[in-house]
Amino acid sequence: MLKTISLFLVLMAVWLLLSGHYTPLITGFGVASCLLSALIAYRMDVIDHEGHPIYLGPRIISYWGWLVVEIFKANVDVAKCVLFPKQYLRPSMFTVTASQKSDLGRVIYANSITLTPGTVTVDLDDDQVMVHSLTEDSAEGVKSGDMDRRVTKVMKET
Amino acid sequence: MDMILDIATWVLLLAGSVLLLITGFGLLRLPDLYTRIHAGGMADTLATFLIFVGLSFQSGFSLVSVKLLLVIVFIFFTSPTASYALAQASFVAGLKPKLDGFGARERAKEDA
Repeated sequence: MLKTISLFLVLMAVWLLLSGHYTPLITGFGVASCLLSALIAYRMDVIDHEGHPIYLGPRIISYWGWLVVEIFKANVDVAKCVLFPKQYLRPSMFTVTASQKSDLGRVIYANSITLTPGTVTVDLDDDQVMVHSLTEDSAEGVKSGDMDRRVTKVMKET
Repeated sequence: MDMILDIATWVLLLAGSVLLLITGFGLLRLPDLYTRIHAGGMADTLATFLIFVGLSFQSGFSLVSVKLLLVIVFIFFTSPTASYALAQASFVAGLKPKLDGFGARERAKEDA
């Protein structure tokens, strides 16, 4: 029930941010539609720790900050690789083990790998993540397991 | 103040456009599908990020900039899923990645 209320609050906040029309009638429609959505989600029993991962809260925000910096660095690497392929282009394919226990943690890890240019998740089978990488540096970045540890920390599954 | 914001927008938009240009170049130049996905990843991440941050400078501190930032968030959520679907589909279909890059081919030529 607590999760349904927090889902309603999140929906309401997004609605208020996106709407921009604050007349009583329109806001009333907004409240009604958010309430209806929350009720339907409650009836369908889809509000679990995966569907509404609010408990990740501040930890995932700081993880995103770190991820954006990584994306910056990786983009520069890939741009260099495109411009000077003879020097940098060394495609490779390898498998790493994800240390997260839950499916959500593994999905966050695999998606983070894909989001960083230079590495793409090709296959995710149980805890084995198959990665295709563009350069030696980007392959080393995944193999070092830094991102894996950070995602595990975000999920609190150490 | 407006001048500084305009210059910042100029710099960010130009950097984003240059990245998009490099992306297009990479899509044509890299050898196979898997390496081309990496090049496409640049357009999804940093190029979009720079362009939308530059645009949100122009809109100032308002609901419009919130919407622009939300667009970035949603693109960052959905684009890896699309890339993964593409890579997974071609992997399942049996497309083998070319693992001999330009450098390796160069070395093979020297050996011969």
